[in-house]
Amino acid sequence: MTARPYNFAYLDEQTKRMIRRAILKAIAIPGYQVPFASREMPMPYGWGTGGVQVTAAIIGPDDVLKVIDQGADDTTNAVSIRAFFAKTADVATTTDTTQATIIQTRHRVPETPLSGEQILVYQVPIPEPLRFLEPRETETRTMHALAEYGVMHVKLYEDIARHGHIATTYAYPARVADRYIMDPSPIPKFDNPKLDDCPALQLFGAGREKRIYAIPPFTRVVSLDFEDHPFERTKFDAACEFCGATDSFLDEVVIDDRGGRMFVCSDTDYCEKRRAAKTKDVAQ
Amino acid sequence: MTAPLLSVRGLCKRYGAIDACRDISFALEEGEALAIVGESGSGKTTLLNLVAGALQADSGEVVYRMRDGAARALSSLSEAERRALMRTDWGFVHQDASRGLRMNVSAGGNIGERLMAIGDRHYGRIRAAALDWLARVEIAAQRVDDPPSTYSGGMRQRLQIARNLVTGPRLVFMDEPTGGLDVSVQARLLDLLRGLIADMGLAAIIVTHDLAVARLLSHRMLVMKQGEVIESGLTDRVLDDPQAPYTQLLVSSVLAA
Amino acid sequence: MSALVPNELLRVESLAKTFTLHLHDGALLSVVHGVSFSVMAGECVVLGGPSGVGKSSILKMVSGNYLAGEGRILVADGERVVDVARAAPREILDLRRRVVGSVSQFLRVIPRVAALDIVAAAAQEAGLDREGSRARAAALLARLRLPEALWRLPPATFSGGEQQRVNVARGFAGAHRLLVLDEPTASLDADNREAVIELIAERKAEGAGFLAIFHDEDVRARVADRIVDVSRFSDREAA
Repeated sequence: MTARPYNFAYLDEQTKRMIRRAILKAIAIPGYQVPFASREMPMPYGWGTGGVQVTAAIIGPDDVLKVIDQGADDTTNAVSIRAFFAKTADVATTTDTTQATIIQTRHRVPETPLSGEQILVYQVPIPEPLRFLEPRETETRTMHALAEYGVMHVKLYEDIARHGHIATTYAYPARVADRYIMDPSPIPKFDNPKLDDCPALQLFGAGREKRIYAIPPFTRVVSLDFEDHPFERTKFDAACEFCGATDSFLDEVVIDDRGGRMFVCSDTDYCEKRRAAKTKDVAQ
Repeated sequence: MTAPLLSVRGLCKRYGAIDACRDISFALEEGEALAIVGESGSGKTTLLNLVAGALQADSGEVVYRMRDGAARALSSLSEAERRALMRTDWGFVHQDASRGLRMNVSAGGNIGERLMAIGDRHYGRIRAAALDWLARVEIAAQRVDDPPSTYSGGMRQRLQIARNLVTGPRLVFMDEPTGGLDVSVQARLLDLLRGLIADMGLAAIIVTHDLAVARLLSHRMLVMKQGEVIESGLTDRVLDDPQAPYTQLLVSSVLAA
Repeated sequence: MSALVPNELLRVESLAKTFTLHLHDGALLSVVHGVSFSVMAGECVVLGGPSGVGKSSILKMVSGNYLAGEGRILVADGERVVDVARAAPREILDLRRRVVGSVSQFLRVIPRVAALDIVAAAAQEAGLDREGSRARAAALLARLRLPEALWRLPPATFSGGEQQRVNVARGFAGAHRLLVLDEPTASLDADNREAVIELIAERKAEGAGFLAIFHDEDVRARVADRIVDVSRFSDREAA
């Protein structure tokens, strides 16, 4: 075994403790954005430094890590981060959701339901759901402290006024444990229901903005809506071209220059497993 | 007779060596409009901000009779209570409408925000309330989805008024509400304010340097000079039979059209 | 507070007024002193005397528009008696709404408000509901012979006589027991003066009292029950 030039998982132990304290606070106050002293990481801001720091603080030698980017294990971001942890922590990695103990994700929640043995770590660009309407940090902190969330519904109102329906399709705001309103990161609103009452611990890390927040297991998470415009799960008109799934989030893929397109599962692991199961059926 | 709606006692504010407000006291009844007039530097805007709780006084007290009848000193309200008060039972119309509006949110959203803040969750009803108020402030209904950044100055001011009044406040603060507007636009706005104050039984504190605005809108008037109230009384009495030297000077300086 | 006798609507006692002209080095302008008279229900008391003697100032002190110098201005308000010379602004406003009405010599025009609305607002101030106010306003404007075409227009462009008729209607729109009139018919022609005279007579019969200034001797003769010559209280040289 080669001598590791890095501390386990790159960060020094004191930094990990600092991040773990922030995580504990976040778990104690579901949905509340805990400020933390985000470190310089060997990747630029905007490339998942928050998620990486959270993962680095919680990962141990026996963990199995999965990293996905827009649902796929094989895109640049996912591959790089997986390699980063393989190099600095020498942990086992996997693309199989059911085998992972820690799943770091950019902008998607896996289709496969998670268990209480797993932790989902989200990469978050802008943690503050009120930021678009209120640029002042001093003001947004006060609004969260006093639960002054009227302005969130103003945004949804604007959507309906402009588009006839709530047009927010990702980063859809949700209320956690009937108290704090959070931005679940730019996951599609299709994934919002998965946050509710989830057996796994969900952690959110924003490196550039220096915030960590959390949804403890089995916590109530309700997406915002109006009485006469209730939250609706996105429905696709098509099934996955590869595996035939009708219940997963589909990516639209352009296949030619004549407008031809097909729909494919965004969650590559989920899709592969379904295809494998089908092939097995056929083979039997 | 019932206790006053608002009771101001001994309000003081210093900025270094300058007394912006010196021992100011007055009472305001429900449904009464009070004008605070004075020239630049008289302290009238400071007084307005002190009473509204936007500025911290050095000494003195502001006591407000809440909807449940309890008289509360403003300084005893928690931050949450004060902010809730500002959003429901009080209104503040700024001279510059862009300070009192969300310039990039549609008119409907601006008006509806207070309703959403107190828990309204029915889009249709919120929109209907917004349209109702646009009509009351004489803004065409088809502008409901336009943001005030596309509005003229007079329209912005009228929108600001609608945004403040939608929750039926009992007390409205106005800081030079017609300042900077064209004369015909002013006339329309003043007429609107006059009507709304009467129809809604609003109490109002209106800071203005324009005596004609004071005469039109207010029942009573305070005249301020260098941080002090040098005369007060019924508006028509103060304007028609001014007692203090400074008031006589002010009244005689105004050109009639 | 001394009691007024039954049916005494107004008692002015030793009223005095001096203006201090601060813009003229504090020069004192003494107007009247020792003014005393009463107005009973059902009568019209006219203040007489030459121009500039202080008649208008007395009227304005009674309605609280001018500050009284010395003396008392006692107004009957049901069982109560209010001294206008000492009353708080709130009380005077209340009196003006219910008890003491006034008609000035000219209409103070505000833009955009229609004639009917001006009069209806006064009726509403005095306690009538919205429907009733508008009906009453229409009735008064009709009595005063203001053409119906003008009712929905703001009076800014009306003639002086038309504006004054709106002014009179506004003053009579409430149910005030005491009405203070400052030359209400000065700008009206004979027919319209007649209409105002009739209104006054009607109100007198209903128990209202009037304190008025009329320079027109004919109108005065028709309407006045008593004339109080102000020149005996006056400190002014006749203008």
